[in-house]
Amino acid sequence: MNVIVNGSPQELCATTLAQALDELGYGAATVASAVNGRFVRAVSRDITALADGDAIEIVAPMQGG
Amino acid sequence: MNLYGIEVASRLLLGTARYPSPAILADAVRASGTGIVTVSLRREAGPQRGGQAFWAMIRDLGVRVLPNTAGCHSVKEAVTTAHMAREVFDTPWVKLEVIGDADTLQPDVFGLVEAAAILCADGFEVFPYTTEDLSVAERLVEAGCRILMPWGAPIGTGKGLNNVLGLRTLRAHFPEVPLIVDAGIGLPSHAAAAMELGYDGILLNTAVARAGDPIAMAGAMATAIEAGRAAFLAGPMEPRDMASPSTPMIGQAVLG
Repeated sequence: MNVIVNGSPQELCATTLAQALDELGYGAATVASAVNGRFVRAVSRDITALADGDAIEIVAPMQGG
Repeated sequence: MNLYGIEVASRLLLGTARYPSPAILADAVRASGTGIVTVSLRREAGPQRGGQAFWAMIRDLGVRVLPNTAGCHSVKEAVTTAHMAREVFDTPWVKLEVIGDADTLQPDVFGLVEAAAILCADGFEVFPYTTEDLSVAERLVEAGCRILMPWGAPIGTGKGLNNVLGLRTLRAHFPEVPLIVDAGIGLPSHAAAAMELGYDGILLNTAVARAGDPIAMAGAMATAIEAGRAAFLAGPMEPRDMASPSTPMIGQAVLG
């Protein structure tokens, strides 16, 4: 499936958000995620199905003022 | 200082961005004595997973975190970012920024009030980055904010307190609401001046991070904030226009 991850096109085997995060190497990382601009809670990643063209945002803790 | 029921010893809140290195950031946090640092959420850049290392370092420092919504220009962006931050950082606290102008980073106060109302209703404890405008402050309090964070000057400028009268008026109007000057502080004297007005705390970042010696500046800011607070509690004298001799005139010898 072709999706956009943090603004870059990616081809993934995953069909759910949880699988996508695992496939991208974020399995154990402290991150939050959104699909098409909507926040998806960690507990809902398993049941969040992905579709071709979906835009996934994955954010992590960073420095801030 | 009590922030949403949490008693904090230091009145300095310190940002974590723009330091020369993670080690200097960590030392500056320790030197400042702060109990609260601000953090953000960004796309994880590169394969090194720098965000994970940053988060591990912050946790090791043993301080509370105040996640921000920096860079958000709409209510939707800010609210979504706040939800993401609550999950990642496991805190209901959020420093709410809804930016209205890219050059001045002035808050979009209309969007700010709208986002604050949404987030407060959803259980967030909102620290709104706002202007010193009284009407906006009233709306924020009505929306559920129990803290107000007016700017001193635009973010990153180091200009100090651009509108002392406005800040003083805000203090007088909200005697019971914790007020924290957020942004614009460039020098310890700026921080002390805000504290002398009766402000409860100072949130700053660039003034420490971009100093020649951030660790020393962190300590200087902490000292200035303590001094300003002590001066406020001591009751500063009223300024006057005409000179008033401090040495008694009674008993002065007639020599001329």
